[in-house]
Amino acid sequence: MKITDETVSHVAKLARLWLHPQELSQLVPQLNDILEYAAKLQSVSLDGVEPTSHPFHEVNVVRSDVPRESLSREEALRNAPDQDQGMVRVPAVLEGGGGA
Amino acid sequence: MSTPTVKEILRSIAAGETRARDWVEQSLRAIREIDGRLKAFLLVDEEQALAAADRIDRAKMYQNAPLRGVPYAAKDNIVTRGVRTTAASRILENYIPPYNATVIDKLQQAAAVMVGKTNMDEFAMGSSTETSAFQKTANPYGEDRVPGGSSGGSAAAVAAGLVPFALGSDTGGSIRQPAAFTGCFGLKPTYGRVSRYGLIAFASSLDQIGPFTRTAEDAALVLNAICGHDPLDSTSSRQPVPNFADGIDRGVKGVRVGIVRHLPEEGLEPGVKAAVDRAIQQLEAEGAEIVEIDLPHMEYAVATYYLIAPAEASSNLARYDGVRYGRRAEASSLIEMYERSRSEGFGMEVKRRIIIGTYALSSGYYDAYYKRAQQMRTLIRQDYERAFEFCDVIVTPTAPTTAFRLGEKLDNPLQMYLNDIYTIPANLAGLPGASVPCGFVDGLPVGLQLIGRPFDEATILRVAHAYEQVRDFAWPKPVLGVAE
Repeated sequence: MKITDETVSHVAKLARLWLHPQELSQLVPQLNDILEYAAKLQSVSLDGVEPTSHPFHEVNVVRSDVPRESLSREEALRNAPDQDQGMVRVPAVLEGGGGA
Repeated sequence: MSTPTVKEILRSIAAGETRARDWVEQSLRAIREIDGRLKAFLLVDEEQALAAADRIDRAKMYQNAPLRGVPYAAKDNIVTRGVRTTAASRILENYIPPYNATVIDKLQQAAAVMVGKTNMDEFAMGSSTETSAFQKTANPYGEDRVPGGSSGGSAAAVAAGLVPFALGSDTGGSIRQPAAFTGCFGLKPTYGRVSRYGLIAFASSLDQIGPFTRTAEDAALVLNAICGHDPLDSTSSRQPVPNFADGIDRGVKGVRVGIVRHLPEEGLEPGVKAAVDRAIQQLEAEGAEIVEIDLPHMEYAVATYYLIAPAEASSNLARYDGVRYGRRAEASSLIEMYERSRSEGFGMEVKRRIIIGTYALSSGYYDAYYKRAQQMRTLIRQDYERAFEFCDVIVTPTAPTTAFRLGEKLDNPLQMYLNDIYTIPANLAGLPGASVPCGFVDGLPVGLQLIGRPFDEATILRVAHAYEQVRDFAWPKPVLGVAE
C-alpha cells in the first residue's frame, strides 16, 4: 500500500509539522521505501504473541507525596521565549482573537 | 596507541607525578590543535574545566575519588547545568539547562572533569553524525569518512586522543557503531543500568548512556562511576552493582562464546568478516568454547526498530512546541506558532522519523505497524533468552562495513538504517553490548560486537579485555589526532 502526498500532509498536521512542498515531494518516496521495508513484518504470523513495550518487567514506581525543593520560578522561566509576570506567554489561543 | 588511558592517568595522579590540571591542559591543547578539522566538539569550556581541575588538585576530599582528574567529553544530548545543550538541533540552539543529568553529577562526584560537549546526529537520529544541525564530524582515520553515529563526536574525540573517555548514548547502536568506525571501545550497558535522567529522550524504551574509551578496563572504571539506581529515573534498575573492573583479567577459559548461525550477511564486507573471524579464532585459542546459536528473528530487527523508535520519538518530541523553552517562531496564533517553530527547528531526519512514528501510531495503522513491531520485539527478546541457555556472550560484527564516505548515504535513509542491523537487536531486547576494535581494512577500523545477558556487563568486559591482550593486528596512526 503506497502512501500519498495527502496521507503525509495529514500525518504532518497531526504531528504539528508544516512541510514545504519540496520537503513533501522528497519525503513521500522515502517514506514509501521505509514502509515497504517494514512490510516484512506483515509476512510473519504473530497471532497470540504478546507485545513488548519495555525490555524488562516493570512495575509502577511511586514516592511519598512530600514537598521538596524544585526549580525556582526564575530558573524555570530562564529558557522561556516569552514571559510576563512570572508566567510563560504564548500567542492567542483562539484564531483571530487578540486578547483571549 | 600511546595516548594515556584512564587507568594510566589515575595511576600517575595518585603517585603524585601529575595533577588534574596537567591532564585537562593537555586535553584542551589537543582540542585546540585538532578539533578545527575534526569538528568533534560543539562546545569547549576551557575556563570551567581548568577551574574544576584546580579545585580537584586542591581539595583533600577528592583524594580517593575514583576518576580523580580525568578529563572527559559528554554527548550534547546529556544536559549540563549552565552549559548549553542542543542535541545538535536548531530547536535547542540556545538552551541552557537548569539542571544536570544524573551521570554528570556522578562524574563530578567521581572528580572527572568535563571539557566540552560533543557533536551528534540531531536528537541522536542517524548513523553518521551528519544530521547534526551545526557541523559534520570527520573520522580520525580518514577525513572524508563519517565517524559513525549518532555519538560520532564522542567517538572521534576519544579516537583522536583528545580525551581519554567520553559519554555517548545508544538507542539502536549509537555507541557501538561509532566505536567500531573509529577504533574505540564502546559500551552500551543493560537498559536500566545507567540513569537516563537528563538524557534528552529519543526512544525511551531503548535509550541508554554509556562510555567510549580506549580499553575495556577503562570502560569498567567509567561504568562503575555512572551506574546504579536513581530515584529520578523510574526505569533505572535496582539490580546489584558489582565492581566491573574486578575479575576483568580472569581470561576466557571455559567461557562459551556464541556465534550466530545464518547471520544476515547482506552487505557484510569481506574484510570486516575476516577480521571478526580472526578475533573469534583468537578467543578460541585463549580457551573460549565457541558454540553456534540461532537468532531466527534477527532479520526483522531493523523493520521492528524503525517503527518502534520513531513511534516513541514522535511522542517524546511533541514537547518541542516553542512554549516553555527552545526555538519559537513568530506567528499570530498558537497552532501556527507550534507548526512553524517545529518546522524551522527540526531537520529533515527528525521530521522523517516524527512522521513515520505518527503514521505507525495513527488510528487504522496502529495494528498493522506499531503493534506488530511490539510483537516482533517479544520474539527477538525470546531468541536471546534461548540463545543464552547455550552461551555466555554472543559475538558478531558491530557493523557490516567500515566507515563510509561523508554524504554517501545521506540521501538514502533506508540504506543508512540498514547499517544498524547487528546493533539494533540488543536495544530491542534491552541487553548490554560492546564494540571492541578487532582490525583494520584499508586503514579503517573494524569492530567486534559482544552481547551479554541482562546486567552481565562483567562477562562482556572480561571477554573484551582478554581479546585486547592477544590481538596482534597493526594499528595505524590516525590521520587526525594526537594518538600514536
